[in-house]
Order: sequence, then C-alpha cells, then structure tokens
Amino acid sequence: MDRRRFLKTGLIGCSLAASPFVTPVSFASAPWDTRLVVILLRGGMDGLDVVQPYGDPAFNGLRKSLKFSRDSGAQDLDGFYALHQGLSGLMPLWQAGELSFAHAASTPYRNKRSHFDGQDLLEAGTAVLGGGKSGWLNRMLAQVPGVTAQTGYAIGRDELLLMKGKAPVADWSPDASLTLSSQAKRLLEVMYHDDPLFREATAEALEIVDSLSPEDLENTGVPEQSEMDMMMQSAKNGGNHLKIAEFAANRLRADTRVAAFSIGGWDSHSRQEVVLERPLTQLQGTILTLKAGLGPEWGKTVVMAMTEFGRTARENGSRGTDHGTGGAVVMAGGALRGGQVVGDWPGLGTGDLLDGRDLRPTADVRAYAAHVMRGLFGLDRAVLEGAIFPQLDMGVDPRILA
Amino acid sequence: MAFSPQLGAVRFGTGLSPRIKPAQSVADILARLQGPDFMAATYEIPPFETVRQDLIEVRKFVGLRKEARKTKDKEAEKMAQRGVRRLRRRARNNRALWLRQAVVRAAMTEDGMRERLTHFWADHFTARGKQGVMLHSTGAYVAETIRPNVTGRFCDMLKAVVVSPMMLLYLDQVQSIGPNSVFGKNRKRRGLNENFAREILELHTVGVEGPYTQQDVTELAELLTGLNYTPLRGFFFDVDRAKPGAETVLGVAYGSDRTATLDTIFQALDDLSVNPATAQHLAQKLAVHFVSDTPDPDLVTHMATKFRQSGGELMALYAAMLEHPASWSPELANVKPPFDYMVSALRALDIPEKRYINWEWKDAERNLGAPLQVMGQHWENPVGPDGWPEADAEWITPVGIAGRIQWAMTIPPRIKKPFPDPRDFVGHALGSLAPASVTFAAGAAETPTEGVALVLASPAFQRR
Repeated sequence: MDRRRFLKTGLIGCSLAASPFVTPVSFASAPWDTRLVVILLRGGMDGLDVVQPYGDPAFNGLRKSLKFSRDSGAQDLDGFYALHQGLSGLMPLWQAGELSFAHAASTPYRNKRSHFDGQDLLEAGTAVLGGGKSGWLNRMLAQVPGVTAQTGYAIGRDELLLMKGKAPVADWSPDASLTLSSQAKRLLEVMYHDDPLFREATAEALEIVDSLSPEDLENTGVPEQSEMDMMMQSAKNGGNHLKIAEFAANRLRADTRVAAFSIGGWDSHSRQEVVLERPLTQLQGTILTLKAGLGPEWGKTVVMAMTEFGRTARENGSRGTDHGTGGAVVMAGGALRGGQVVGDWPGLGTGDLLDGRDLRPTADVRAYAAHVMRGLFGLDRAVLEGAIFPQLDMGVDPRILA
Repeated sequence: MAFSPQLGAVRFGTGLSPRIKPAQSVADILARLQGPDFMAATYEIPPFETVRQDLIEVRKFVGLRKEARKTKDKEAEKMAQRGVRRLRRRARNNRALWLRQAVVRAAMTEDGMRERLTHFWADHFTARGKQGVMLHSTGAYVAETIRPNVTGRFCDMLKAVVVSPMMLLYLDQVQSIGPNSVFGKNRKRRGLNENFAREILELHTVGVEGPYTQQDVTELAELLTGLNYTPLRGFFFDVDRAKPGAETVLGVAYGSDRTATLDTIFQALDDLSVNPATAQHLAQKLAVHFVSDTPDPDLVTHMATKFRQSGGELMALYAAMLEHPASWSPELANVKPPFDYMVSALRALDIPEKRYINWEWKDAERNLGAPLQVMGQHWENPVGPDGWPEADAEWITPVGIAGRIQWAMTIPPRIKKPFPDPRDFVGHALGSLAPASVTFAAGAAETPTEGVALVLASPAFQRR
C-alpha cells in the first residue's frame, strides 16, 4: 500500500483521539538494491570547459582565456579530452573506472536558450515544453511496484520539478527540524483536516523527522531555544552541499534508492575561470562525499549530474560564455563501466556548430538517463520511451554500466 | 464576492493588526497608494547612490592596497585591507538593517498594498549583487529604482530598471559591447552579451509566451549596447560601446545611421511596455500573486484591457484588479510567501517599534534572516532572475512547513512581552476570518506559546 494514500485515508474521520500524523506503519524495504543520484547543475554548465575536447583542432581557436594548455592544470583523460582542473580530485575515480562523461548531449530544448525553460524541460523530461507538471524521476518511481515515500528523496531547499508527480517522494533539507508536543500535533491535525496541502506536507515532515536516525537529528522532544538556534545557524552557513551529500548518502544506505538535489552557480557569462571554481569544488566534494558515505553501496550506485544546456562554443567578449545547446553529462559510481567519454563528437569547425555558435548535440541527455535506469532498475525500453520520456528514441545502448 | 476591510488587509495588504485600522473601501486603498509614502520616509532605506559612494571608497582602498604591495609597505597594506573590510562589514550590517526596515514598514503601515507592490515589482525585476559590497545592496536598488515607481507608469519603472547599476551588473549588460562600435573595433576580444535583452523580453515585458524570436533578442541586445556603469561615473550612456545603426525589435526599427542615443532605447521600451502581450503578462502575474494561482480569466482580461486603455498606468491595473468581484472571493487562497508570512505574524503580534530598532545584525539574522532561509526564501536571494515562485505547493513542502511552524513556536515568545492570550490573539490575527477549528485550537493549547504558534501555523493565517 502507498503510504501517502494511507495517510489520506487515515485522515478521513480524524478526531482528537486519533493521530494520523504519527501512525506508525512499517514497510518492506526498497524494491531494488541499486541506487541512482541525479544532480541538477543549474545555470548551464559549460561542458566544453569541464571536459575539454583539446584534440579538436578548432578548440583552442574558439577559446582565448579558456583554452586548453598543459599549464592550466587540466587532466588528460584519453588523448582527446581533458578534465578541468577543478575536478582533478576525481581522477582516482576515472582511473578506477568509476567516472565517465557523455559529451555533445542536450535536452530537446532549442533556440530560446532560457535557463528556466531549459531547466523545466530537463526536469520534466518531455520532448517539448509545457508537457506536464511532473518530473521524469517521479514518473520512473511511479512505474515500479513497491515504492514507498522513502524510496525517492528530494533534498535541499530547492524545489525540484524532477521529483514532482504522482509517486510519493520524501522532501527534506538537512538543516530543518520539527518537534511538537503531542497536544500541539493533535491540534494541528484539527486545523489541517480540510487542507490537504498543509496536512500532507506536515505529515511528511513529521514522518521524515521520525525516520531520521539520531545522528541526523540530535535533538528530540519539546523545542528548546537552543535547537532553533542550531537550525538557524546551520541554515546561515549556506546551502551546504556537503551536508546534502552526507544526508543523501545516509538515506541511500537505508531505504532510499533514488535521490536528487541541485548545485547552482554555473552561469558563467563573464570571468568564467573564477566563476566556475565554486560550483566545480561543490560538485567534486559532493561526489567524493557520496562515495565515502555510501561505503559498500557505492558499487551499486550511479550519480548523474546534468545541466539545462551547454554554452557557446566561442568565448564571449567578457572571458565567459553565453547560453548554448550541446553540453556534457558527468557520471560517477561503482556501477559504471567508467573511464570513458561517450557520445559522437560533432566537431567544432566552422560548419560543425549549431546555428554557427553552439556545440551541436549528437545525443539526447534523456537517452543516457534512460539507459542508466534500464540497467539499474530493469525498466522496459517501451516504458522508458513512453511514460517516462515521451517520444524519446533511446538509440543504441551506449554501454555506460558495468 | 464583495470588499471587506479585513479581507482587503489580508489579501492586498500586510495583514491584520490589533491596533492599526484597515482601509475601509477599495477607494480608500487606492487613495492611500496615491498619497505620500509615509513608511519610506519614516523607516529609511537609502538609494543606491549611497552604495555607489561606498564602492568608490572601496576602490580607493583597493588601489592603496595594490600600491602598498608594490612598495612592500606592510603597515600601509594592513591599513588599506582594514578599510576594505570595514566597508564590506558596513554593507553586511546595512543589509540586515534594511531587512529590518522592510519588516517594520510592513508591520506598521496603514498602506499595506504599497509594501506588497514593492515586493511584487522588486521580484518582477529581480536583480542582486554578485560580490563584495554589491552582494548586500539589493535593498538600495529596490529603494531607488522600484519603490518610487510602483504607482506610476510601467514604462517609467522599466526605464529606471534599464539604467540601474544593479540590474546592468546582474544581467551582464555592462559587459556587452556593440559590434562595430568604437570600443568594439579596438578590442576584438569583447563582444555582445544577450543576457539582459533576453530577460527584458522573457521576464519583464511580453513574457516567454510572447511574440518574439531569437532574432529579436539579438537585435534588442544590439540596441541596448551603450548602457554602462562604473562606480566613479554611476550610470552613463557610453556612445563608444553602442552599435551604430538601426535595430528591429518586434517588427519596429529603432534608431538610424546617426549616433546611437539612450532615447532610442527608451522608445523601444515605451513600445514594449504597452505591447498587448506585456499587458496580458503583467495582468496574469499580478492576479496570480494577489488573488489565486489560477485566477479567473475574466479578471485577467479586465486588468489587461484597463491597463492598455490607460496607456500603461499601473494604478489603472491595480484599480481594475480591486474593482473586479473575482478578487473578493471569500475563500482564502494563496499561501503567503515566507517574508509575508513572517511580517503578517509580527503585525498581528503588534511588536513595539523600539524592539525592531534595537535589533543588531545578529538578532535580525536570528529572528528573521536565517528562518526565512529555512522556509525557502533567502532574503533578496532568489535563485534566478525569474524571482520567487508563486505556486502554493512551492512553499508548503515538508521542509517549508517545518520552518514556519518552528519559527512560530520559538521566535514570538522571545520578542513579544507581555505575551498575548491565544484566545485574544485569534481575533488580532484573523478577525472574522477565523475558522472554528483555529479558535478551538487556540483555546485548547497547553501553553500560550503553543496557542499563538498554532494560530500562526493555521492554514487560515498562512493563506490570504
């Protein structure tokens, strides 16, 4: 039985005596043993800078301050591509076959190059904009039996369309807490009885707090002033990507199998060299924290980091790049057949660029996600190309997984 | 579906107060809006111009520091470094002070719709600093560029935004160099930046559904070249960076072969500001913000029509919204965003003015800034130029509701003395809008703290 539905049913006829917010129900563990983490890189990551196609004769000519050189600290991957120095801490994963990239990939989004539309399409997973209000990761969860509210987790203060939809998913930020006396809890139920939005969000919040192990939530009981201060303190210290990664790893070691969150700051219109330092550090730290936190489960895990679009092939007038089309996908995890950059390379010569300005996409990012989910969760191609990613042609298997 | 003073204060203002009488009619709301801005005069937030003076000073210290490093004068370097730090700290303190001023204004005002409109338009024209002193100076941008224009013509606000340093920096306009401009010819490496032009069309005027193409974005970007800013000069039109010649935006050619001017840009903005798609976009957005996530289409059409008939007067847009019966549906619909939630709570609690005034940076951060972030609204820091979300479900998530309830449980008892009886507080906060379940909960709570928190946690208080 679906827990959300249970809570809904449970609330009908709610009275002061019954307390459906806290009904203890135990569930079977997750339907599979493999794990998927999706990281949304908001702002448009410059794939050409992160995974530099230095073997393409046109590359250095397009980029002035952002060109490849042996002194830039970029790490050679395979004689054609080099990894941005900001991710050089991931080289041991590359060598261990736990890191891969897909290049020249994009969503089906073309022409208008807006962050918001681009992100909406990336998260909706549809072929065209306005295709619906649900995200592809949620629709995936809706396809498999045995999914509980803990199977999928949206983490952080950022709202994720990617995880919205019919399937129940948990939603939490590691710096929140909610502790109520039992009387306050009962009275909240009375007030929220006729308002499903408040009722369900609160039920879910209480459920998450209940499910947190003591290491996640050090204080329990009646809220003390100090607890609010702690919560606020941790909020003040920022969106704290490492805490999110730790929380994700923690959940994924328990009943969670799919986690999603975002890392922003990729919109590098000017001084890209400086702008990308922070998000690259965060992405690298996130991946390393997930690996450390997942321990033995890392071997069954794939992390996919994807962005709404790549950036212009040519560096702009302010040592940055503008919104483009084709870009890169970053993948990590022990379940990968790592150490490869997949994707047909379209070239960067004059006639090769899309609209004379962008890296021409040769693959749909959704196809990579589809192949990963097919391998991890055993989903049928027809389901992936229909309910999850409408109108997608997955094409040949890029053999991403081990 | 008719006006009531309480509904007016809740839906179109900053909420009810046990002390401040709400506007008694739609005409009263509009008259207050058209009157003087008492709150801005009483609780001052300085214009961006004062920030610019600080930026000049920062620059001076940075220069001194560079000089000191060259001459290896450790003492001078330390002094200069101290100067930079002092100014950055002042900017940070100002940000907390201005957040506090924004809160006091909303808590004390008799003209609540002006506060709401200020936040609405500041969100519509989202801009923020990216580093240093600018990072903390969004409040000054809003004070100079947005607030004085909320009751005027839309094109005047649009023009003010287009010449505001904060926006020119935020959307990279100062980086954009016109092809074939004097400046561009000499520096082949610098070029056009489309960011601002794209957002003007997509977010600020005709909207993403609007009748524009990539070609319009590029030509508007070319038209906008020349808009420039430096701390020393402030905003200026930089003819040397402007692309010469005419540009065609939405089928109209602007400019000629003569020298590019700021006026040519303003002509394009005049036209964009009254484009039918702009009227529709603004009407829809305002109705969604004030009335419902899914507003009555008739309300939106009425607003768009009145706006166009008036030639782009914002007061006509507001009057059209307030006179339409769909705006007065008695059902409380929209969820207040975290800032509005918090200020309406403080207004209902009737926190004395001197309490806010005494708040240091740390108090403002602990009581207001940090909790807002947990609730999902990092003050003046939305993720992108499209600002904060409107949909109720974006705010009432598990973590969002946890942040609100926890704030209601912990902060009011710290700052409200003597603490109200929850049974009275229901009336202060909700008046005749209080549902029976909330009145019951307030009376049945174990402690006054919980009783008041429950009222603030109720859907009736969080919706409007």
